[in-house]
Amino acid sequence: MDIMTLEQRKKIHPHKYSLWIAMGSITMMFIGFTSAYIVKRSQANWLAFELPHIFWLSTAVILTSSLTIHLALKQFKERNMQRYKQLITLTAILGVVFAVCQWIGFSQMKNMGLPLNGPVSASFIYVIVGVHMLHVLGGVTALLIMFGRAYRTRVRTYSPVPIEVAATYWHFVDVLWIYLLIFLSIAR
Amino acid sequence: MSNEATLHSQQEVMHGAHDHHDHEHHHEDSFISKYVFSMDHKMIAKQFLITGIVWAIIGAFFSVLFRLQLGFPDATFPWLESILGHWAKGGRISAEAYYALVTMHGTILVFFVLTAGLSGTFSNLLIPLQVGARDMASPFMNCLSYWFFFLASLVMMASLFVQTGPASGGWTMYPPLSALGDASIGSKIGVDLWLTSMALFVVSQLLGGLNYISTLLNMRTKGMAMTKMPLTIWSFFFTAVLGVLSFPVLLSGFILLLMDRHAGTSFYLSDIFIAGKALANEGGSAILYQHLFWFLGHPEVYIIILPAMGMVSEVLAVSSRKPIFGYLAMIGSLFAICILAFLVWAHHMFVTGLNPFLGAFFVLLTLLIAVPSAIKVFNWITTIWKGNINFTPASLFSIGFVSTFISGGLTGIWLGNSSIDIHLHDTMFVIAHFHIVMGVSAFFGMFAGIYHWFPKMYGRFMNSTIGYIHFWVTMIGAYLIFWPMHYEGMAGMPRRYYDVSGWASFKQFGGLNEFITIVVILVFAVQLLFVFNFFYSIFKGRKMTTQNPWNATTLEWTTPIHAGHGNWPGEIPEVYRWAYDYSKDGRDFIPQTEPIGPNESAH
Repeated sequence: MDIMTLEQRKKIHPHKYSLWIAMGSITMMFIGFTSAYIVKRSQANWLAFELPHIFWLSTAVILTSSLTIHLALKQFKERNMQRYKQLITLTAILGVVFAVCQWIGFSQMKNMGLPLNGPVSASFIYVIVGVHMLHVLGGVTALLIMFGRAYRTRVRTYSPVPIEVAATYWHFVDVLWIYLLIFLSIAR
Repeated sequence: MSNEATLHSQQEVMHGAHDHHDHEHHHEDSFISKYVFSMDHKMIAKQFLITGIVWAIIGAFFSVLFRLQLGFPDATFPWLESILGHWAKGGRISAEAYYALVTMHGTILVFFVLTAGLSGTFSNLLIPLQVGARDMASPFMNCLSYWFFFLASLVMMASLFVQTGPASGGWTMYPPLSALGDASIGSKIGVDLWLTSMALFVVSQLLGGLNYISTLLNMRTKGMAMTKMPLTIWSFFFTAVLGVLSFPVLLSGFILLLMDRHAGTSFYLSDIFIAGKALANEGGSAILYQHLFWFLGHPEVYIIILPAMGMVSEVLAVSSRKPIFGYLAMIGSLFAICILAFLVWAHHMFVTGLNPFLGAFFVLLTLLIAVPSAIKVFNWITTIWKGNINFTPASLFSIGFVSTFISGGLTGIWLGNSSIDIHLHDTMFVIAHFHIVMGVSAFFGMFAGIYHWFPKMYGRFMNSTIGYIHFWVTMIGAYLIFWPMHYEGMAGMPRRYYDVSGWASFKQFGGLNEFITIVVILVFAVQLLFVFNFFYSIFKGRKMTTQNPWNATTLEWTTPIHAGHGNWPGEIPEVYRWAYDYSKDGRDFIPQTEPIGPNESAH
């Protein structure tokens, strides 16, 4: 397909363009969740509580992973493939660590007496954080595919587009998390 | 013209070069890669269309079944028991089956036919062809989009055959009825399958929408400025934007609903008693679901109608041999509709206890939609005004579209007023309104598109005589079916009721309901005639002998009759002018690929 698309007249690579629209779409999904949260919060019986502290640790983890994927992209462009492989592996690991932190957060909430089927305010945290976590794990899957590609010996890839797309998406889920954290901390 | 000739003569030469050039990825296609997991947008369009047709037959047949119940509540039809089994004991559809049929009719027609079948087909077919692209931005995602739709179809189809029946709480799937399995027989596994299917459907729509937008913004051929695009492309663009922004919100709503069903959460549930027993759920709000649902639900009706509008604009200009009237106003009104679509969802919720003060804003914004709609109607009429109209089946259906869009749109002004809505909501008036303005109109747009672009899809023509019969029976039948429903609705006859003959005030409509049902059966039969025409013409229709049978200006008619994957055998043609140079400077039409002459002004 690449040959076919290369001869097209285009400004941005179509995959990058699609990614931007997809990010808009994902944003709308979380706007849906958070506006439902706001509507529900203004009604009676809203139980306010403090978010599990481990969410701050997971924030640090995902911020670091943004940095590592940025460096990975840089190394790819300079064709330091060894460093590149290490950095995307590190990023993927940090992604998994992030998910584990969120999971620990869930169990902490459960221990605080706020299970999934408890007060609505807690259920919202599970759903919003959970769906975001799935998006991060989707990014991890993408990185695993890139990792597999980087180890291929038969075909070598020189196009930076896939890693650029992955990096943009990764920064996006990072920013999305920051937004959610601020939102959930302020609108309690 | 000269360009066309050149392309013709080049075809042979280029063919060899083409094969060599595409060598790496375009070997001779196997059956699987050509017809099943195809990545060619034209084949994917046909897949969407044929799947949509199968769904349309099923969905329309369901309406025939429940119309039998509405028209002849006391009669028995023994053949019903042989197809529906215990759902129609003694030949009379049971109440549960009736609700299931109504729910599935709505779901199938709104989502599977008029969303996937309509924009899925024509966005796929026309975007690359009319903007001058080899294929979609990501052909793989496009293929995936169809197969997600197919999976969604399988799951929805499976739900028809489970023991407790498919979802039956109405196509809007409102909680608490849909959130509690114990609430009714149609709230059990049917709803889970419905939600699963719809989640897959949303994924399919998002993959498709991403592709449509990035293709038409990014991959237009040289010279194809945005303002030179045909109105079809503009309408597909706004359709895709609406879908990409509103379907995710629906998905959020569905996720919360699934959690309520299976994880014991209380997003939508509070203070509920089932069989005298109080449920533990507390603190939820059923209205919350309605907000999330209608935030999609309203844009959804424009997702359905905008592609029809675009195709009608194109077909009317082509068949009346006149430039479209008010091209920029057409784009502007599409844009205005697209914006307003997101700001009016609460007009579906006037009677849910919505703050009347808030309702006033939604009334105002709703009535504002009349402005762009009126602009469009005015422009369609002025386009065909004094035109030299070729009354092909496509152009008849386009004119029919304008008619139904006007008569259905006017009743929207009634329903958009929150005070009148108190009387009319949930009556047959609403059924009449949205079936005419959204159902019939969108179908007319779709039929216009099918008749008009059938030669591009299959290299053959559909039979016009059957086409005329199809048009006139459908057009007259649609009005005969839905017009009387306005009166029933004004008299207060509720929608969705299984049997209204128990009320003295609605008994007077007994004869009218019988009449409607008989017309429904006739119109359904004619749609089957259309389906026959469609499939017969694929194999036996009159062959297309010229590239450009309708003498249209747009790019899709510069491709060979049987275009391969990649659409143009040689270079993609360059575009010099807008898509509507008809009857200009004494010439019938000037293709977009012809440079503007020295003594000629651009439109």
